[in-house]
Amino acid sequence: MSAKQNILGKLRKSLTGTTPIADDFDVDLVTQPYTYSAEQRIPQLRKLMEAVHTEIHLTSGAEWPMLLAQLLRDRQLPSLLIAPTTPHGQRIAQHWANNPGLPALKSYDRPMEEWKAELFNDTPASLTGTLGAIAATGSLIIWPTREEPRLMSLVPPVHFALLKASEIRDNFYQVQQEFEWAQGMPTNALLVSGPSKTADIEQVLAYGAHGPKDLVVLILEDQ
Amino acid sequence: MSTSVIIPTVAVEEDFRTRAHKALGDQQLRNNFRTAMDSLMTKRAAAFSDAHEREHLRALGNSIKARALSKLPDLLEQLEQNLTRNGVTVHWAETVDEANGIVLSIIRAHEARQVIKGKSMVSEEMEMNHFLEARDIECLESDMGEYIVQLDHEKPSHIIMPAIHKNAGQVASLFHDKLGVEYTKDVDQLIQIGRRVLRQKFFEADIGVSGVNFAVAETGTLLLVENEGNGRMTTTVPPVHIAVTGIEKVVENLRDVVPLLSLLTRSALGIPITTYVNMISGPRKDHELDGPQEVHLVLLDNGRSQAFADSELRQTLNCIRCGACMNHCPVYTRVGGHTYGEGYPGPIGKIITPHMVGLAKVPDHPSASSLCGACGEVCPVKIPIPAILRRLREENVKAPDSPHQVMRGQGSKYSRKERFIWNAWAKLNSSPTLYRLFAFFATRLRALTPSNVGPWTQNHSAPKPAARSLHDMAREHLAKQGERR
Amino acid sequence: MSELFYNAVPNATRVAPPLPEPRQYPSEKPSRVYLFGTCVVDLFYPEAGMDAIHLLEREGIRVEYPQGQSCCGQPAYTSGYTEQARTVARSQLALFAGDYPVVVPSGSCAGMLREHYADLFKDEPQTLKQVRALAARTYELAEFLLFVCKVQLKDSGEPVKVALHTSCSARREMNTHLHGRELLAQLSNVERVNHDHESECCGFGGTFSVRMPDISGAMVADKTRALKESGAHKVLSADCGCLININGALEKQKEALRGQHLASFLWQRTGGAK
Repeated sequence: MSAKQNILGKLRKSLTGTTPIADDFDVDLVTQPYTYSAEQRIPQLRKLMEAVHTEIHLTSGAEWPMLLAQLLRDRQLPSLLIAPTTPHGQRIAQHWANNPGLPALKSYDRPMEEWKAELFNDTPASLTGTLGAIAATGSLIIWPTREEPRLMSLVPPVHFALLKASEIRDNFYQVQQEFEWAQGMPTNALLVSGPSKTADIEQVLAYGAHGPKDLVVLILEDQ
Repeated sequence: MSTSVIIPTVAVEEDFRTRAHKALGDQQLRNNFRTAMDSLMTKRAAAFSDAHEREHLRALGNSIKARALSKLPDLLEQLEQNLTRNGVTVHWAETVDEANGIVLSIIRAHEARQVIKGKSMVSEEMEMNHFLEARDIECLESDMGEYIVQLDHEKPSHIIMPAIHKNAGQVASLFHDKLGVEYTKDVDQLIQIGRRVLRQKFFEADIGVSGVNFAVAETGTLLLVENEGNGRMTTTVPPVHIAVTGIEKVVENLRDVVPLLSLLTRSALGIPITTYVNMISGPRKDHELDGPQEVHLVLLDNGRSQAFADSELRQTLNCIRCGACMNHCPVYTRVGGHTYGEGYPGPIGKIITPHMVGLAKVPDHPSASSLCGACGEVCPVKIPIPAILRRLREENVKAPDSPHQVMRGQGSKYSRKERFIWNAWAKLNSSPTLYRLFAFFATRLRALTPSNVGPWTQNHSAPKPAARSLHDMAREHLAKQGERR
Repeated sequence: MSELFYNAVPNATRVAPPLPEPRQYPSEKPSRVYLFGTCVVDLFYPEAGMDAIHLLEREGIRVEYPQGQSCCGQPAYTSGYTEQARTVARSQLALFAGDYPVVVPSGSCAGMLREHYADLFKDEPQTLKQVRALAARTYELAEFLLFVCKVQLKDSGEPVKVALHTSCSARREMNTHLHGRELLAQLSNVERVNHDHESECCGFGGTFSVRMPDISGAMVADKTRALKESGAHKVLSADCGCLININGALEKQKEALRGQHLASFLWQRTGGAK
């Protein structure tokens, strides 16, 4: 008998003659207190994300590349990792082409193994898009793709994330329903609610434990 | 050469009470725990400011876990099917030895030498670090708290905050001694030291090992929550990811994690969500540029099916490992996590550990509680911890030859003398004549009450019965009242 | 726990009982009640039992005190000696058979009758009926005075500061801390002060205090320190188990502060003879 058969056998024996408990999932309980009007969503998201040291900027579809360039300069970041084939990657490339002298752009365009050392040691910042956000918990929704792989939002010490205001949802339940996540999940999906942190020493909150030390969210109010 | 090599020493197994005694005398430790637990209780209370929502959410959490348990074997098979379809290899282990064997065989297949671990209580349960180190494989913890306790050759003292028993000064000395860095008590600097050391380890590691918070049967998804990012590193950077988890972690639907996640982070740390919620449904696909090439899931039983066999004890498996029960436990707060000896401390440790290691190995676990009920009151999935503790006491004092075998090691506190005393007590209290006789002598002979009545007088003056019992006084008074009517 | 945990099949997966509804109280005061004195009151705090009787009689209620009563069975029950607890519980059941309220001057013993007897007799359908009926008419004293008698207390004492300690099971099973607070609030010259970690256990826990004297001792040391630091002149509790623990520790520490049963305090403050 295999371990699997033994375990399942014991469990089944213990349930002999019983019927499964009915599903009484209470949708209202996880949605009603976490429903917001259009005007409330950004402030709600902002309140929660700023409380955990996220930097939030309100900007627009036209102006964000300029703002991003400014933020990079302010931080004296020498380079930025982007996903060149995405629409936002193309916007950056375009803006950079018209504005010489901006920090160097890097592309995550080959398997991680081929440039692991550079990714870990010489990639100070990245920019990724998001699939939206969740106002109730102050979370960005990130589905890494081939264009924007998993480590893009994790290894560089500064992570810039673009968020369209129209894509801020109310709560996690609504997100699962709208995107029909139950029908199929990607290899990796993430909720990111701030820069990396820990309170493991004396419960003192410290940022930048293993992931990004800074999370900067650019909210495109007009999109 | 250390003295232990020259002089053969016998490892003395300290029992719970000896360890408790020591811990209670350590004022620094007491302060560290009291301060931390007070803060965690305050944060939880603030996160659940709406009592109505909290209680309904707990009820929903309970019913989701109960529903999953009521079809556990089916859900485990569904989980395996979906994970397999997604490209994850699923392994089953009845014991800790089997689970470690599976992990080792994966490591050997890759000729791996370096393992980096995300926080996982199941790997603690397996004592995976020791197991692998004995086989010359480095197995390094990457959660800051776990890293600190591993560096000091300790066990975690809390399931969420493994190094909560240490203060910044103690961590500073540890880092100074073991890592050769300059002494600093600045927490930010200490964390940056940890970050530097562990980044290199993430970079080098051949294998990443993690736990699982929820395994979703419907989609074949492993959900992990964390704040530091080490969990994401562990499950993304190394070429192989091995997740280890107990069979009770499976939930039916993806939506079930919505309330459970909320209950978990609010109960544990008083936060609406952790920094990262990492949902893993498979290894790197052909066209993807990062992520592990292989993902394995090890499903561990280790006594869980024993708890599952009894409908009362089965509720133990509702646990989502938030730690709220220990944060609110007056005993845990005073003796700290190491007193419990095994991986899981506090109230949940007292009810789950006996299934894992046998009651005989942790005979004091069920008794180390005043049954105050704080744990049951805060449990996000409504495990009736006090009722289960009481039940374990019952199993613990059962005669060893009792025909009904509920759990390994049952009857470990069986004592003929004690049973005799309780039988006499029952006789006394169920016979009015005997009871009155007893009360008569206790009150009339109160002067003869000994001044030293064992452990009671350790903390109290000797108890002295009243001069007359309520029975006497009430009889007299009520008779008079009767005459007046 | 209560029978609500039990599905139809004994091995079915249990779900938590539904959220409790607020308890319904009779609209009229009964003309008579039973007093279940409890073993600790009987032998160590009989005056508390007498004061409970006085308070009830003042409400025009006739009190019956079955002389056959002893203990609710809790010490054996919580020690895992379920059979012995059942023997004692069974002997008590028969003594309180009349259909009128059972008032208990102890939160944890009232809780035993109300919450745990059902577990003891879960396999005896006939007895279980009796147990459920008993549970429905069992009241902790403060609760009974407040919600059934609807007492309006008139304070006749000097200004005093008191701290209130509530037994854990009474607090969690029956909100006894709120009832005590409400009664004390009726007394104009009594100031109730909070103490540090008020909701935390005093460390008694029945046999826990002798099985784990080190831990229990640390708990009662913290509790007595908090009570002393509260500035209270007096400690009150509706539970004599806790009082034995707290008073025993205070006496050992040679402290002057003492705990008193809530019933005695209420009776003394409202004109009852000392």
